[in-house]
Amino acid sequence: MESVINMALLVFLAGTAFAILRRTTLFSVVMLSGVFSLVSAALLVHLDAVDVAFTEAAVGAGVSTVLMLSTLALTARHEAPGTRSRAIPLIVVFLTGLALVYGTLDMPRFGDPSAPVHQHVAPRYISATAHEIGMPNIVTAVLASYRGFDTLGEVTVIFTAGIAVLLLLAGTIREPTTATKITAMEHHLVLRVVTKVLIGPILLFALYVQFHGDYGPGGGFQAGVIFAAAFIIYALVFGLETAGNALPGRAVRILLALGVLIYSGTGVVSFFFNKNFLDYSVLGATAQAGQHIGIILVEFGVGMTVAAVMVSTFYAFAGQNPPIGDEEW
Amino acid sequence: MISAHLPILQVIVPLIAAPLSAFCRRAGVAWYLSLVICAVSFAISIALLIQVLEEGHISYLLGSWAAPWGIEYRVDVVNAFVLMIISGIGTAVLPYARTSIAAEIEPHNQALFYTAYLLCLTGLLGMVITGDAFNAFVFLEISSLSTYALVALGAGTDRRALSAAYTYLVMGTIGATFFVIGIGLVYMMTGTLNMADLAARLQGLEHNRTVLVAFAFIVTGIGLKLALFPMHLWLPNAYAFAPSAVTVFLAATATKAAVYLLLRFLFTVFGIDYHILGLTMTWLFTPLALAAMFAASTVAIFQVELKRMLAYSSVAQIGYMVLGMSFLSVTGLTATIIHLFNHALMKGALFMVLGAIVLRQGAATFNTIRGLGRKMPWTMAAFVTGGLSLIGVPLTVGFVSKWYLVAAALESGRWPLAVLIVLSSLLAVIYVWRVVEAAYLEEPPADSKATEAPLSMLVPTWILIAANIYFGVDAGLTSRIASAGARLLLGVAQ
Amino acid sequence: MEFKDAFGLFNYWIVIVLMMTGLYIVVSRGNLVKKIVGLNIFQTSVFLLYISMGKVTGGTAPILTGKPEVFSNPLPHVLILTAIVVGIATTALGLALVVRIKNAYNSIEEDEIQKLDLAAENEVDEPGARP
Repeated sequence: MESVINMALLVFLAGTAFAILRRTTLFSVVMLSGVFSLVSAALLVHLDAVDVAFTEAAVGAGVSTVLMLSTLALTARHEAPGTRSRAIPLIVVFLTGLALVYGTLDMPRFGDPSAPVHQHVAPRYISATAHEIGMPNIVTAVLASYRGFDTLGEVTVIFTAGIAVLLLLAGTIREPTTATKITAMEHHLVLRVVTKVLIGPILLFALYVQFHGDYGPGGGFQAGVIFAAAFIIYALVFGLETAGNALPGRAVRILLALGVLIYSGTGVVSFFFNKNFLDYSVLGATAQAGQHIGIILVEFGVGMTVAAVMVSTFYAFAGQNPPIGDEEW
Repeated sequence: MISAHLPILQVIVPLIAAPLSAFCRRAGVAWYLSLVICAVSFAISIALLIQVLEEGHISYLLGSWAAPWGIEYRVDVVNAFVLMIISGIGTAVLPYARTSIAAEIEPHNQALFYTAYLLCLTGLLGMVITGDAFNAFVFLEISSLSTYALVALGAGTDRRALSAAYTYLVMGTIGATFFVIGIGLVYMMTGTLNMADLAARLQGLEHNRTVLVAFAFIVTGIGLKLALFPMHLWLPNAYAFAPSAVTVFLAATATKAAVYLLLRFLFTVFGIDYHILGLTMTWLFTPLALAAMFAASTVAIFQVELKRMLAYSSVAQIGYMVLGMSFLSVTGLTATIIHLFNHALMKGALFMVLGAIVLRQGAATFNTIRGLGRKMPWTMAAFVTGGLSLIGVPLTVGFVSKWYLVAAALESGRWPLAVLIVLSSLLAVIYVWRVVEAAYLEEPPADSKATEAPLSMLVPTWILIAANIYFGVDAGLTSRIASAGARLLLGVAQ
Repeated sequence: MEFKDAFGLFNYWIVIVLMMTGLYIVVSRGNLVKKIVGLNIFQTSVFLLYISMGKVTGGTAPILTGKPEVFSNPLPHVLILTAIVVGIATTALGLALVVRIKNAYNSIEEDEIQKLDLAAENEVDEPGARP
């Protein structure tokens, strides 16, 4: 039964991918890519990767779809018919795929518990997380502590993207004029009321995900994305101007950098106790308590930078043009 | 006990400085902060190099988690040398960048430029110092993303910077994804991500087909990043249209970090005994290196824009580095490693000259440099000296690199390769001569108002030129380091 | 190879088809937005490759409940969480570039942009062609 669901989802993904390849209306390409992410998320849940699924759904189907739609609103609706020969790309891709299939021949079979990945390194995480870190979610423990430095790198990556988008787009953000101040959805009473009702629970959920990440699926990254999503919905319905008043661009820029500093600062504290960078064990009375405090701090840093980057990126894209009008949706 | 933390300080000093610099509203403040930080990084890298030369490799466990469960930083003579090149060039570029950036980038972007610059430095240092395969990917992406943005900033003067950055982004991401696929496949067969642990666990998997494909994907992925011919198509435009200071930094460091990563995977992770290595070298790397040396140099001769000319020359120079490793000998690898350093010096200096010309003339083409030998004597003299080094004239670092390459070719009994190395240098003579001809033998236009470049740009340029000569006359130190690195990679006793 | 064997690899094969479809969209299409979508598909499929290798038949999500259970491997999950972040960072940057390219060239088709770039290159010899 397990493998049937698996197979069905994979086949559905393949169908979506082919549809994306063939469609030339960019709007449907983007929507299909959102579908692709959402179905991938379903498959990821099925493969026991709940944290990853959570993130993929929030990022792939949420944030990246919003960004792509904003881009379409600013650029073009249709893909021009191709003029180039597609034979060479097809051959190259086919051969690459063939090489990969050849590579699968010596792979352990799918789901095989005796595969090398289940024998080395990972067993320690599974057996030791309980007493070394003292939290139920092993993924969070590995992410924020055992491989915490990768996660600092990840926060730096998203910070880099935030800075890069500012460098590219901040210069062309239009000053709001009287014409653009009129919000697109002012006359949608239902939307406004529903949004007002929803924002609170979404923000609350973001906080829950942020601080519950050590027990269940979740953590700073997912929380940051959800927080940003709430804010983006607010901006879409009540206008960029109103959103900008609630959270000015300048403040977002400070939060953007602050998250990275919180994370790296937590790591630096260890130096004062003559321990290695990111050794959280010095932060608490016991090593385990220290780990717990350290993880909460760095996850908070992650959440802050992620939310700030998402919001600032959205500001940069949405500020490029008059608010998105009804006819475009 | 600061010395115990040097490996991590090498990376987190610029990493922490980057968000701090984002708070600076004024470009001057951000610039000053970056300069101090880069100088500190450079000092750390020198301290690390001295330490590894004396004591052998250093291992630093992040979060105090033992490898392979945690991430390990592992510094040996090879990456300490590359760290020094990167942070050294990073420092030299900054005094130069201030004037150049003020002239080439829109004012509202100048403060954040330094944030992106520090991030790029962080990424490059991080991918070189780490002993963990996946961590290398993460830092590779920090450097790549910041590079795309830095290249795009050239749009202040030419919109083609945008399309160049986009192409670079697509090719770079494909390369990085191939790399990740490769890492995933070796992880699948070994269960580990630590490079040293990988090397140990890949023993006995020589004929495993999954590992074989992983090898191919890792080599292709890094090959795209280091612009290995014919995967170099992103490079010429990216270098040509990036702001001049960015071109200097990238040309001198980015491909070097990628070459290092390739060396690390080929020789440390897969190891000299990996059965496919010899075949790859003979049938893939040697021909591709030769093709790069000749094809790219030939294309360089026909360029009108000087930045793009030197960019093609860089593709050719990467050919020399790849050729060096393809001999699979101590002399060959010594040539590769020493050329990382030497090429950074020569290309750094030459691109700095072009930036100075761009500042004064608005562009660096054969048209705008006519008669500049008289108008900008110091700038053009630097170009001539750097050009001689590029060709490989004795008493310059270029000669030292070619010397080792030719020696490696002769040692392996492949004398035709030695002839080809010398012949390819002749192509460099042609494109360098074209510049000399235009600058010295042609009359400046009657209305030319060109003046000598400012000292802030001339001094860094001449420091690099001086280094070209110094390490060309006395190659003792660099050769010793490079050959120690080569022996280490090949597992030959010191 | 037995049937059961082949079935154990079938998952990977479809994932490879997904990856290659993504890659093909990137290299064969000239529309800059569609190329980014292609990159997304390519990367998401690589995520599936990693997560598939971490799956243990009959296993469950790696969250300790106190009961003895078989867990799927948490390490690929951690790596892919990082990779997803890298992916969205690349997407955001790529799209920002597309917006700027549209402003500068009034097109987001690679062919047209190349044509315009080529024209600029041929003009470079004429004095004053570049600002």
